[in-house]
Amino acid sequence: METRVDQQIEAATRRNKVHPHKMVLYVGITSLVMMFIALTSAYIVRRASGNWLEFSIPGIFYINTLVILTSSLTLQLAHRAFKRERSGAYKGWIVTTLVLGIAFLVLQYMGWEALAAQGVPLKINPAGDFVYSISWLHAAHVVGGIAALAVSVVLAFVLKLRRTPVRQLRLELIMIYWHFVDVLWLYLIIFLSLQR
Amino acid sequence: MATAVLTTAPVKRDDALIEEFGYDDHFHEHHHGDKYQSNFVSHYIFSQDHKMIAKQFLITGMMWAIIGGAMSLIFRMQLGFPEESLAWLQPVLGKWIAINEDGVGTLVADFYYALVTMHGTILVFFVLTAGLSGTFSNLLIPLMIGARDMASPLLNMLSYWFFFISGTIMFASLFLSTGPFAGGWVAYPPLSALPQAMDGSGAGMTLWTISLVLFVVSVLLGGINYITTVLNLRTKGMSMWRLPLPIWAFFVTAILGLLSFPVLTSAFFLLMLDRGVGTSFYLSDIYIGGAALDHVGGSPILYQHLFWFLGHPEVYIIILPAFGIVSEVLSVNARKPIFGYQAMVFSILAIAFLAFIVWAHHMFMSGINPFIANFFVIFTLIIAVPSAVKVFNWIATLYGGDIRFNPASLFAIGFVSMFISGGLTGIWLGNSALDIQLHDTYFVVAHFHIVMGVAAFFGMYAGVYHWFPKMYGRFMNETLGKLHFWGTLIGAYCVFWPMHYLGMAGVPRRYYSFDNFQTFGHFDGMNKFITIAAIITFGFQLLFVINFFWSIWKGRKLTVKNPYQANTLEWTTPIETGHGNWPGKLPTVQRWAYDYSKDGIDYIPQIQPIMEGETHDH
Repeated sequence: METRVDQQIEAATRRNKVHPHKMVLYVGITSLVMMFIALTSAYIVRRASGNWLEFSIPGIFYINTLVILTSSLTLQLAHRAFKRERSGAYKGWIVTTLVLGIAFLVLQYMGWEALAAQGVPLKINPAGDFVYSISWLHAAHVVGGIAALAVSVVLAFVLKLRRTPVRQLRLELIMIYWHFVDVLWLYLIIFLSLQR
Repeated sequence: MATAVLTTAPVKRDDALIEEFGYDDHFHEHHHGDKYQSNFVSHYIFSQDHKMIAKQFLITGMMWAIIGGAMSLIFRMQLGFPEESLAWLQPVLGKWIAINEDGVGTLVADFYYALVTMHGTILVFFVLTAGLSGTFSNLLIPLMIGARDMASPLLNMLSYWFFFISGTIMFASLFLSTGPFAGGWVAYPPLSALPQAMDGSGAGMTLWTISLVLFVVSVLLGGINYITTVLNLRTKGMSMWRLPLPIWAFFVTAILGLLSFPVLTSAFFLLMLDRGVGTSFYLSDIYIGGAALDHVGGSPILYQHLFWFLGHPEVYIIILPAFGIVSEVLSVNARKPIFGYQAMVFSILAIAFLAFIVWAHHMFMSGINPFIANFFVIFTLIIAVPSAVKVFNWIATLYGGDIRFNPASLFAIGFVSMFISGGLTGIWLGNSALDIQLHDTYFVVAHFHIVMGVAAFFGMYAGVYHWFPKMYGRFMNETLGKLHFWGTLIGAYCVFWPMHYLGMAGVPRRYYSFDNFQTFGHFDGMNKFITIAAIITFGFQLLFVINFFWSIWKGRKLTVKNPYQANTLEWTTPIETGHGNWPGKLPTVQRWAYDYSKDGIDYIPQIQPIMEGETHDH
């Protein structure tokens, strides 16, 4: 669809060293960051005005943090295997990443259940509602990443692995986004742990 | 003498210059037959060409302006002539005109609020955000920086279609049996959070929210593209400090939108949870019909903080593109370089920065801590400094210029007038102490309509008249344009100037009727005057619409590429600008955009290399 500006994009990339599509993604990520900054700021403002239920975050969320951090690592390994055109390793790592991503969602769901079980169900106090809503919104962004990963898993098995600029760019775009949802979760879990 | 040499030195034709100094990106070797615009659908509907998308934004924006403007006339008739029968509007408004046994029709109060709400939403978002920034960012960014198109034409197309769907949903909400949302364009809870609060808070509010979330997606897709294009696709030689001012303005506007609209999404996200799931982010201790609701522990002030974190940058999202357009139009038509180019850029950046730390001045009377209010007062008043720098520079640009008075330059000058008038009352309203008297009165209405409503419209008109030949290859009718200008200038002042007096006397905004307030009785005449002025002013806008569409097909044809003897790159493209903008090589840029009346030469295009004997350059 977008081959029509390719020539100019190529020239621009040579000059600026950042591919415009990566730039598009970086700029888009900035706006997503603003969304979460808004929510965590709202959290701070709301907490300061009292009537706030204090509780501890279920341990499962911390375990899950390790899961998503690991998935970033495996994606990085997949990228390395891709660059070296090692098809078997690439397939293995990209599938592992997808599995870890899905595992993250499942564990998040269990985390929400654990939170409700420890006496903080939805609607009892904004303190709990914030944890739910912020992690829901984050999970929605993880779903987007999983969709992209799923496509690359399918392509990994359908296409013969060849390192072309277009395919490397696609993989790198997915990688940037996945690292973003990872770091975002790290920020959120640290924020939610410290703000109590 | 150097000057004498230069005036006789032949300035090459732009084709020759591009051929000699241009930059061959092999674009046309890859794009034979223009497959992207080969049929009706891909040319006019799902177009990925930035020029066509700009026209789509403009014409959709005009449709919305007519709808939103007509709504204001209906509620102005209620305010100016509450005793007159509005039965004649029944064929259009149906049950929203209640007819009593004497056959006298009155506007239903709930629908009055719906009209006010829709007028605000439509004008702020659909007309002055999408219609202004969407149109001119799309049209001018690639043309002025020397790019073939946007960084991602696909996202660009999606940006328009998200806007279109968003508008369709908002339009559909007008036909709900319970009416569209009626709680004000700011959608404060609890009116927005409780579906049972009033008629429009049910389905009307649901559609309103969906529509605006889609609108945010549209703004972000557009903004991401504008930023990336400006950063990555400038042609050779086009450094940031050589960018024409409109591009700086669109660029910073996009950054503002990118940082502030997501916060609105977050506010809506929590609002939807309150409405749909039953959480209590914004709601607490609410009694309906004596019975307490379940919601405990929320705060509507929280929504206000989140909303105005978007809401204040939003007014700059509206006015910055107008700044840029006006700077360019004034410079071209005064035949002088823009005064203080770098100061103009820095003041745009300063205004953009300050825009993020003044939001609470919309909330002085919402119960925020008066000590915190002090900070917001100070930062708000500091905005006057970069604004004053800009106004000074516009006037200095005009001073001593050989001014061409055409509709574009008249509207640009009118913009400066409006911006001064409205800006000064901003200094009043920025004071939290004065706000005790002035908040929520017609003084506020007068202030923001002049400074960001009318002023932004003036910027938009200046842009449309100026770049119409680039869009359609024809000129708009100049006589009608001047008539339009004088009618609008005088009309707008007649509408909004008297509102300051209403406001100072304490007349509150958003009231359906003042029958129960004897003290405001003596303003009846003034309200009639405002209403009549509004109707006449609206008529002048229809004149513009007629002129616009007539000129597309019947206007005077453009015969030269560069009708204004302007320096910027868009005037080096062919009259019929095809896909890819330049038929051969891409032009390279040798100088800044404002070499007017330099060394005795009227204008030196950006593609002209520095000539022998020329004085210092940019």
